[in-house]
Amino acid sequence: MSDQPSTTTPGPANGNGAAAAGLPHHASPARRAWRRFRRNRPAILSAWYLAGLLAIVLAWPLLLQVSGPAFAGLHDPDRLSDAQFAAPGARHWFGTDVHGRDVFSRTLYGAQISLLVGVVGAAVSLLIGVLWGAIAGYVGGRVDAVLMRVVDVLYSLPSIIFIIVLITTVGETLKQSHYVQHSPEVEGALRVSLLFIGLGAISWLTMARIVRGQVLSLRTRAFVEASRALGAGTARILFRHIIPNIFGVAITYVALTMPAIILYESFLSYLGLGVQPPMASWGTLIAEGVSQINPIRIYWWLIVFPGGILVSTLLALNFLGDGLRDAWDIKSK
Amino acid sequence: MYFLRRTLFAIPLLLVISALAFALVHAAPGGPFDRERKPASPEIEHNLKAKYHLDEPVWKQYGRYLGGLLHGDFGPSLKYRNHSVGDIIAQGLPVSLTLGGLAFCFATGLGIPLGFFTAARRGGWTDYTGSFLAVLAVCIPSFVLAPVLILVFAIKLELFPVALWETPWHMILPPIALGSFFVGQVARILREGMLTATQAEFVTAARAKGLGETTLLFKHVFRIAVLPVVSYSGPMLADLLTGSFIIENIFQIPGIGVFLVNSSLNRDYTVVVGLSLLYAVLLIALNLVVDFTYTWLDPRVKYE
Repeated sequence: MSDQPSTTTPGPANGNGAAAAGLPHHASPARRAWRRFRRNRPAILSAWYLAGLLAIVLAWPLLLQVSGPAFAGLHDPDRLSDAQFAAPGARHWFGTDVHGRDVFSRTLYGAQISLLVGVVGAAVSLLIGVLWGAIAGYVGGRVDAVLMRVVDVLYSLPSIIFIIVLITTVGETLKQSHYVQHSPEVEGALRVSLLFIGLGAISWLTMARIVRGQVLSLRTRAFVEASRALGAGTARILFRHIIPNIFGVAITYVALTMPAIILYESFLSYLGLGVQPPMASWGTLIAEGVSQINPIRIYWWLIVFPGGILVSTLLALNFLGDGLRDAWDIKSK
Repeated sequence: MYFLRRTLFAIPLLLVISALAFALVHAAPGGPFDRERKPASPEIEHNLKAKYHLDEPVWKQYGRYLGGLLHGDFGPSLKYRNHSVGDIIAQGLPVSLTLGGLAFCFATGLGIPLGFFTAARRGGWTDYTGSFLAVLAVCIPSFVLAPVLILVFAIKLELFPVALWETPWHMILPPIALGSFFVGQVARILREGMLTATQAEFVTAARAKGLGETTLLFKHVFRIAVLPVVSYSGPMLADLLTGSFIIENIFQIPGIGVFLVNSSLNRDYTVVVGLSLLYAVLLIALNLVVDFTYTWLDPRVKYE
């Protein structure tokens, strides 16, 4: 993709969109985007789905604490029991795994890790991508050339290989250091942070390119020129005109980067390189399910439930991202 | 000229990648012989290290490694003692290439018609169903799809073998599991390209001259709309080749992906660096081929 002939992207907030929709002229770009977004039914549904999932994921541990010991004991994600491979039913809604643990609870606890990695990873990629792209686009000249050349080079590296090598080596260093040797909690936390940083660090390239394109085209737009003519300084132009116009693009690409990062995380966890037991993420749950595949008995619930939640979350994030992109009227190419 | 420069640029790039991979694996604590039967006497370990020159400073090892590369020698594997890295690649690469190639055929063979028809029937229920399927395909990770396919088609219905890579029957489920994500991507990219192309002026002109809708779509719109798919096919092929290790792992396929993960855990330095280089070469070469095809397909594009 590195040397694609690219056309500059027009800015998200152009006047004719508002005129066509019959909206008042004084509506801000964000307001107009919000009105367009509200009409997008799949995106709204996805937003509700994600909000509901988040609410359940956050409320479930509290519910276990509040409820009686019988209920809590049944659904403790880490408690081993004799009910191995129980099929889904009234007692265990998603069935149980090889150690008799409740798959429903484990899926929800796994969701904490998976969603957190998605959010933090996307935030890291947002930070690097916006800074990188905005500097390249605004400063221009030689700085721009160097910064974008770096992006081109990084694009041509096989990122998944890079992150596998990075995580195995740094992860091993962590394991050897004596801070970690005595407390598995610290090691777990460090490994998860490593995932955040690593995944964010390989996902910012597209963001940087898009932000740069936006900044380049915004710089020469009439309203920026007018503002400069009226005596506005660089800071005012940046914060009053450029950044608010990037906001839509940034939020859209955060929504589209999140599923990619969640997918990467479950990929790595699947390979045993991500979160380590007893912590779980969707990837490790699915990996456990796959390891139980045998020709005699089919434990479909070990794969279908965690996999189904993972797929539906990715689907919702994709629809949300597409909805945001349409609302902000961002041309993808 | 442009392509010559790009090819030449690949050389320092590969040097950087090899140095990076070399430094990373050597920086990790532990060595390739840590998991040998313990306790090995210090003399044995010393001799082993001396044999593979691991007692030298890293930069000297790197120089030695580069020297070997010039002779086409990737060095010996430190873990699979009687194999060289060249052997591992020679054994595994054809398998991985076949798997990736079949998945590529599946992705384009299904993705292009899907994208074409969703765009041609824009706004109708064909479009909605097709587009939803495309997004769904993008959202189902291969390691979810693969076990589901195995459970349904191999174990329940007993239509296909569960694993391994021997007869053509073994080569059906893995490429589907690997390629389904790209079916969705190709369909979405083509649909978007078609929708953009239908708004082009030459399309309006052709329609005004009385050209039939079918001819218009096949002969004019499609030819422009397929270009983004072509430029996507480079990264796609690279992803299919580098991303196949999960599928190889699930279906027990003896490709090279399995070695990459195992050897970076085992500190099998030469294998990690060799395979990283191989993947980088593949990626760079594929991107070059794609850009070259692009200029050939679309004479308007000029690189300088």
